[in-house]
Amino acid sequence: MVSNSSDTVVLAHRVPLRSTAENALKIVVVGGFGVGKTTLVGAVSEIRPLNTEETMTRAGEGIDDLSAVRDKRSTTVAFDFGRITLNDQHVLYLFGAPGQERFWFLWDRLFSGALGAVVLVDTRRLEESWYAIDRLEQHGTPFVVARNNFDGPAHTLAEVRAALDLPDHVPLVDCDARDRESSKQVLIELLRHLHRLAEAQRAVVEETL
Amino acid sequence: MNAPRNLPGRDEDPDRLYTVTKGRSRPPEHAFDLVTLIVTEREAAPGMQSEHARILRLCATPTAVVEVAAELGLPVSVVKILLGDLLEAGTITARHPRFAPNKARLPDLDMLKQVLHGLQQL
Repeated sequence: MVSNSSDTVVLAHRVPLRSTAENALKIVVVGGFGVGKTTLVGAVSEIRPLNTEETMTRAGEGIDDLSAVRDKRSTTVAFDFGRITLNDQHVLYLFGAPGQERFWFLWDRLFSGALGAVVLVDTRRLEESWYAIDRLEQHGTPFVVARNNFDGPAHTLAEVRAALDLPDHVPLVDCDARDRESSKQVLIELLRHLHRLAEAQRAVVEETL
Repeated sequence: MNAPRNLPGRDEDPDRLYTVTKGRSRPPEHAFDLVTLIVTEREAAPGMQSEHARILRLCATPTAVVEVAAELGLPVSVVKILLGDLLEAGTITARHPRFAPNKARLPDLDMLKQVLHGLQQL
C-alpha cells in the first residue's frame, strides 16, 4: 500500500509538485455564493486553496485584451483553486467557479477542457443552481450534483431532483463539504459518471465500425 | 476620460499591469492553458525583469499557470504574456494538458481509471 498522506501535510508556504508531473487535469466546482465551493476544494486539496483572477472582455467574444481594462469594457472574475497529486504524472486541479449568470461568458475561456463539473447546491437556495445546470447541459460538460448538507436534510434527494428538474442519468449525492472523505466521494462519483459515459460512447463507436 | 480607477472589488491598477507587460495586452494565442505546467530550464539572469525572475524561481519544480498567477498576484492573462516571453527565450518549457475533452470526445478510459485510482488513494 502506498499512501501519500504524509507528503501532503502542508508545512512550508509552497508545496511543490513532483518533478515528474506532466499532465494536469481540471474539475470545476460550480455553485452560488456561499454554498461551500471553497470549503469543498479545501477539504480535498493538498494545498491551501489559492485565489487568482482573470480579466476579460465581454465584447467581441473570445478577445482577451488588457486594453479593455482601461475603458471598462471588461469584467474581472476571481476564482479559487486547489490541487490533488494523483500519481507521478497526473495532477488534478479543482476550480471553484461562481455560478451566477454574469460569469458564464468566461466558462469557455477558463474551464474548457475540464473533465467535468460538480454542481454544489444548497437546498435553501436551489434556484441559484438552475442556471448552472442549464449551461452545463448546453455546453455538453458532464456533471454531478452534490447537495451540501449543512444541518440535516429537510428534503429527500428525490425531492431535490424533482425541484432541479434533473434528468435521471445525472448523479445526485449528499455531501458535507467540510469533510475530506465526503468531498472525496463527490469527486469519485463524478469520475464514475465519466467512466460510464466513456464506456457508453466507446460501445457506440464500436458498433458503427 | 479613460483614467483607470479601481475595478470593482479589485485593487489592481491597470497601469501597473501595462508596465509589467510593457504595454502588450494580448497573450500569445492559445499558448497556455490554466493548468499548463511550466518548468524552468535556465536560471534567472542578472538584470532580468523581476516578474520574469520570480517565475523562473517559482517554476524550478513544475508549476501550473494558475499557480504562477496566484503566487505573483497578477491576473492570468498578464502571466500568460510573461510566460510567452520566457518560452520564446527558451528559459522555460511548457507541459500542456494532454487532452481536451469536448462534446464529441470524452477522455479515454485508461485516463479516467488513473484519476479514479488517484482519488481513491487520498
